[in-house]
Amino acid sequence: MSGEVQAAAVLGGLTESEELEDRRGPQRPRRRRIGLGDWLLPVYVVLAFIFLLIPIAYTFVFSFNDSLKSNIAWRGFTFDKWLNVCNVEGGAVCEAFGNSIVIGLVSTVVATTLGTMIAIALVRYRFRARSAISLLLFLPMATPEVVLGAGLAAQFLAVGVPKDMLTIILAHTMFCISFVVVTVKARVASLDPALEEAGRDLYGSPREVFWRITFPLLTPGIMAAALLSFALSFDDFIITNFNSGSVTTFPKYIYISASRGIPAEANVIASAVFLVALAIVVIAQVSRAARAKRLAAQMG
Amino acid sequence: MAFAAFATTEAQPQTTRRKSPIALFLLLPGILYLVLFFLTPLISLILTSLQAPSEFGDIGVYDYAFNWQNYVTVIQDYWPHILRSFGYALLATVFALLFSYPIAYFIGVKARRRPLLQSLLLVLVIAPFFISFLLRTLAWKQILSDESLIITSLKALSLLAPDAYFAGTPFAVVFGLTYNFIPFMTLPLYTTLERLDTRYLEAGSDLYANSFTVFRKVTIPLSMPGIVAGTLLTFIPAAGDYVNASRDFLGGPDTQMMGNVIEANFLVLLNYPAAAALSIILMAAILVLVGVYVKRSGTEDLL
Repeated sequence: MSGEVQAAAVLGGLTESEELEDRRGPQRPRRRRIGLGDWLLPVYVVLAFIFLLIPIAYTFVFSFNDSLKSNIAWRGFTFDKWLNVCNVEGGAVCEAFGNSIVIGLVSTVVATTLGTMIAIALVRYRFRARSAISLLLFLPMATPEVVLGAGLAAQFLAVGVPKDMLTIILAHTMFCISFVVVTVKARVASLDPALEEAGRDLYGSPREVFWRITFPLLTPGIMAAALLSFALSFDDFIITNFNSGSVTTFPKYIYISASRGIPAEANVIASAVFLVALAIVVIAQVSRAARAKRLAAQMG
Repeated sequence: MAFAAFATTEAQPQTTRRKSPIALFLLLPGILYLVLFFLTPLISLILTSLQAPSEFGDIGVYDYAFNWQNYVTVIQDYWPHILRSFGYALLATVFALLFSYPIAYFIGVKARRRPLLQSLLLVLVIAPFFISFLLRTLAWKQILSDESLIITSLKALSLLAPDAYFAGTPFAVVFGLTYNFIPFMTLPLYTTLERLDTRYLEAGSDLYANSFTVFRKVTIPLSMPGIVAGTLLTFIPAAGDYVNASRDFLGGPDTQMMGNVIEANFLVLLNYPAAAALSIILMAAILVLVGVYVKRSGTEDLL
């Protein structure tokens, strides 16, 4: 999704890949033959990453531009925009940013709760209409955003609901649920049933077993799902545009200002968000690597 | 990745599933939510697409009807946009696949023994996600604008014809779509290549296949699930996108896609039936294409 199906993928994918290590077989040392791939591939990968990172570097550099209203030509270096982010256009950028944060938080909490419940039910319980429910969960991810957005807007119009912050939250929660289910489901399915059995053998009630064993074990998956939901919601533009009325979110602010020029303050906010997100992911990766190392040390 | 995740979890050994009223309690709120805010909106989209202008109403007021001619009208009016959407999305998907496969192969296979490098590269693949989708696209617009440093120096070096331009061309739109959806292609490719058992590749070369033949006959078929998931994750959002093709971003008057006309009809012209009919056409076409594609590539269990 707009951008976005995102990180999920990585966040979700990583939580499930831990036990796959041995399925690919041992690596035996190979006789060396200098092939094309030995130098061509690394060179290509380096160039490809430079290409991928160009717009990020551009956005970051231009957050320091001493620009006037529009931020196109380079006019000199300044920290000013970082220090006075909210001073432009009566704080319109910051208001939009605040709206995006509130919408992201509320949608994330609701979608993560509902999605986690569904994920547990899908893995642990038998029920009728399983394939219909799987289809209902899959379809929102296979539907183009413009269709999701127009559909919801048509429904709000038919029912006579005015578009505001609430309709944006309702829309964001909807498209986040499926991604939460996919992410958490992988984690539930990879739980070792022996751990819960041990809890039951020690006379834990079903409630105790769930809250003291199952839920803590699921936490990494739930966290990954929540981060993904927030990222999806925060960067969504297409669905928001159809259901926001006069409320402005950060992406919508950029879309509206694109014709008359985006102030450097928008680059400041985007760069700051980028740095925070990067820090979260790096910390998550490092702690995962540390955990894997600890596990390996215990086993070896 | 979403698709891939569905596939991998289905394949896992089933722990014994119980029948319990708890299941209903767990499922009901979320499923009800999706029925209310995903399923019924699709139905109201279908109903809206058949509406007729109200006899007494103003602009933007419609009555429920069975006005199927709306579909004929939008196809007549917008067939170039419809073709363009699928053409651009197809090109972007092919380019993204060609661009991403070597990266995914490097991270998933070559960097396997260096977990730190692997994690670092994965973070770099998803890094573009962390900067606003719209700002990324605008950054390209400015980098590739007529007065930009890159374009003017290419022209000064005669590497580019003096009258060449980039902004507002179909090339720019396909470029933007490709760039923006590369991570969607790379991640599922990486997930399958990461699990590729390299002993199969060795078996291929032990049987005197050259590295190209091994790649074509072993690596590609084994990475098919990733290729299918990646192309779907790229093609679907690309076909419905309207940011890249928008005039304020990378597009021009001759590059408008279905998303642009759906947006214009719904939010500007208040022609809801036309916007709804176009949405239904887009969704139906995508479902048909995806169904055929998944069947032909022999990975039905993916869904």
